[in-house]
Amino acid sequence: MAIRSPIPRHKLFMMYFLFPALIIYTVFFFIPIIDSIRLSFYNSDGLIVKEFIGFGNFIKLFTQFPFKERLVNAFYNNIKFFLIVTFIQNFIGFVIAYMITRRMWAADAVRKFSFLPTTLSVIVVGFLFSKLIFNPVFGIFDKILETMGLGALIRPWLGDPVFALPVLAIVISWQFMGETILFYTAAIDNIPREVIEAAKIDGAGHLCMIRHIIIPYIMPVIGIVTIMIFIGDFTQFDIVYAMSTTQGNPAFATDLFGSLFYRAAFTVPARGGWGIGMGAAVSTVMSIIVFIGLAGWMFFFNAKKKVDY
Amino acid sequence: MTLKKALNRILYYCTIIIYVMTIVYPIFLMTVTSLKPTREIFKNPFGFPKGIYLDNYIHLIVKANFDVYFLNSILIVLISLLFIVMVSAPASFVFARYSSRWNTFFYIYFLAGLVIPIRLGTISLLKMFVGMGLNDNIVSLIIINIAVGIPLGVFILTDFIKMIPKDLFDAARLDGCSEPSVFMRVVLPLLMPAISALAIVIFIPIWNDFWFPLILIKSDSMKTIPLATALLFGQYRTNFGLVFAALSMASLPIVAFYLVFSKFFVKGLLHGAIKG
Repeated sequence: MAIRSPIPRHKLFMMYFLFPALIIYTVFFFIPIIDSIRLSFYNSDGLIVKEFIGFGNFIKLFTQFPFKERLVNAFYNNIKFFLIVTFIQNFIGFVIAYMITRRMWAADAVRKFSFLPTTLSVIVVGFLFSKLIFNPVFGIFDKILETMGLGALIRPWLGDPVFALPVLAIVISWQFMGETILFYTAAIDNIPREVIEAAKIDGAGHLCMIRHIIIPYIMPVIGIVTIMIFIGDFTQFDIVYAMSTTQGNPAFATDLFGSLFYRAAFTVPARGGWGIGMGAAVSTVMSIIVFIGLAGWMFFFNAKKKVDY
Repeated sequence: MTLKKALNRILYYCTIIIYVMTIVYPIFLMTVTSLKPTREIFKNPFGFPKGIYLDNYIHLIVKANFDVYFLNSILIVLISLLFIVMVSAPASFVFARYSSRWNTFFYIYFLAGLVIPIRLGTISLLKMFVGMGLNDNIVSLIIINIAVGIPLGVFILTDFIKMIPKDLFDAARLDGCSEPSVFMRVVLPLLMPAISALAIVIFIPIWNDFWFPLILIKSDSMKTIPLATALLFGQYRTNFGLVFAALSMASLPIVAFYLVFSKFFVKGLLHGAIKG
């Protein structure tokens, strides 16, 4: 019978080296996420959790008025929001990154400045755009449209149910474009010089180069950027708070999962509160979406690796 | 051919200039607006102020307690950073030096925290802090920041320790150092550049966090800069000079910080993301 040897004395230190990080991370990060899912199976009165009711909260959330309407609305808004942000950030971000990785005057300064908005708080950016840039009285955006002869297009951007959500998405893209550019420039810089030179000698134009060399090389980074946008957007709250209040004005047109979750879980019934149990159900739906996104991303990139090597 | 080339070049630089303008102008506008009296903002919204007008800032500090909020935010950042380094450096040392099935498991367990948003655990965290009597106290914010910072800390520091030559450890062992003292005397001094990169990257999200202060903090003396800014906005809806002074105060420290450290910053943020 094998006797398990005790841990060698000199390796005991590993435990107390790992322990503090492990405890703090587990108690204040991992367990709360699991516990929030558990709480979605309980009835509640404000912050007080009452009896276990199985899938009761979810049945309410998916079938009853107004819960179902709000959830479905937030879901579609969030998908739209994610698609607009992903498109703008990846497309413009890539074009700018491609431009500034070529040898040019002041490229370093442009790189440095491009990240500036990302360092600001989303709250600050939201207020800055809603009160100053898109101000209906003296906003610079309307002024620019006017000087371009497009004055007829001017409307109360944040009061219009069709335009409010895209405006929020554009503002978020403005802010986080810098991050995308940072990743893409670094990825393009990492492509071996010889590969690019060889393609140039063979007479590849810009489009050909981008399609056949750069995109395949930086595919993993495109994946990282997209999953980061996905997770950020499906938990986005601050921009809604700053630009269209926690109600997602006008008429819930800008309501996202983050703002729905906030209202449901942390406000009084008069302002849209549904109690902790229902709030936990909303957060569980968010968790499921995030985990599906992550699983899809990992699946896609594992599959890619197999093709590549 | 040369004409086409010249045109291309002009188009190229025009695009870059427009792009840089879109990035810089809103930030510039926020700053100059904070230096104008409200009446001037309506008359001259786009350009430089007529003179430097500091009353908005004075009002923020004297009447709106922004000095207190500023101090709270700085305290939170510094204490969180200190603890993140203190707990994630030893853990990283273990991950970098010893590979076993358990260590790989724990390492991946930590890295999961890089992609899973902590907001999903908010309800449970709120209940927990209410139970501990720590809601409405910046201690709760510090604890959350530490928990969120550990994954990034472990990630950046483990990679860095792996790059330290093995001979260095062996030499220290031969000289009679135990493993903990190898960590203290050999690794920790070498770790300083990685710790500063970590500090620079983590500083920004901690300073900017709005979600947890909004949910956990109620009393005035515990507010952070982003929370105070948002609440001030509700209160002084029409006093544009004042609210933009608040926005500038929330942003300018971080903008200055970024412009000074941007070299390290890019290194820290990209660390591993591209290679991995």
